Amino acid sequence: MKIGVVTFPGSNCDYDCYKAVQEGLGAEAVFLWHKEHDLQGVDAVFLPGGFSYGDYLRAGAIAAHSPIMREVVAFANGGGPVAGVCNGFQILCEAGLLPGALMRNRTLKFRSRPVYLRVEQAQPPFTSEYQAGQVLRVPIAHGEGCYTADAEILDDLEATGRVAFRYCDAAGEVTPQSNPNGSARNIAGIVSPAGNVLGMMPHPERAVDVVLGNTDGLGLFRSLADFLVESA
Amino acid sequence: MTEYGIEVRVTPRRGILDPQGKAVGGALASLGFTGVGEVHVGRLIVFTLQADSEAQARERAQAMCRHLLANPVTEDFAVTVGAPAGSAA
Repeated sequence: MKIGVVTFPGSNCDYDCYKAVQEGLGAEAVFLWHKEHDLQGVDAVFLPGGFSYGDYLRAGAIAAHSPIMREVVAFANGGGPVAGVCNGFQILCEAGLLPGALMRNRTLKFRSRPVYLRVEQAQPPFTSEYQAGQVLRVPIAHGEGCYTADAEILDDLEATGRVAFRYCDAAGEVTPQSNPNGSARNIAGIVSPAGNVLGMMPHPERAVDVVLGNTDGLGLFRSLADFLVESA
Repeated sequence: MTEYGIEVRVTPRRGILDPQGKAVGGALASLGFTGVGEVHVGRLIVFTLQADSEAQARERAQAMCRHLLANPVTEDFAVTVGAPAGSAA
């Protein structure tokens, strides 16, 4: 099992992802440089958080057209598992692999703190280790995480079970107060129609180590590992 | 080939919440400027473009907007084609 982590200029969560794969899962991790055209035979790809290309133009807009992304788009369209976290989610939307867009937080403030997430769908390849309705505590750190899409797209996401996570309170109630950025319908993460592409603003890779007091994000990496073992 | 001056104006799509515009509107009000309606903050992208005709320049600039310069989910764009600043023609 080999998992690739893409590094763009300005990525800053790539090492966290790499370590989560290597130490959290005990799997092989490789960095994929944004200028490369070769995915090095990886079984899954992570697009990490950060500020690729300085967030110039729009967050994720320039990274979405970088050389490695052509390969990532082809890999995803062929059914390969791709997860984008934070800036990675923004890049997936800009690349057209996921619908909608991430706009400036409604409060205009950069939010960096742990939030509660309700698991909406416990499905491979990314959330099968969780249970639907389970409440996770995972950090967020973003200024542009307000998920926005037309009402028809939001309805379609819900009708087809493609909302992966929603912001909620400690009891799992989805409330306006528990929405840290103004995202439509408290959406924190979504998947593609085939389910193999996940985008989420919260950082599961920052919640994989007992030493840091939180392992709620580990389930995402374990879900992916289960999926890759079963489909091997 | 002629060199055209292109201006692309990108603004938040109508009906989409624009917290930045709202904040600027609030700041104007707090400075005592009255009569200000809705405020929107966008961006202006300026470049020169070699093209055979003004129509071709416009078409290519619009393609750039659709592919990169604007996000159709959240933004509208308008393209203006003119001669580059400082050109004799």
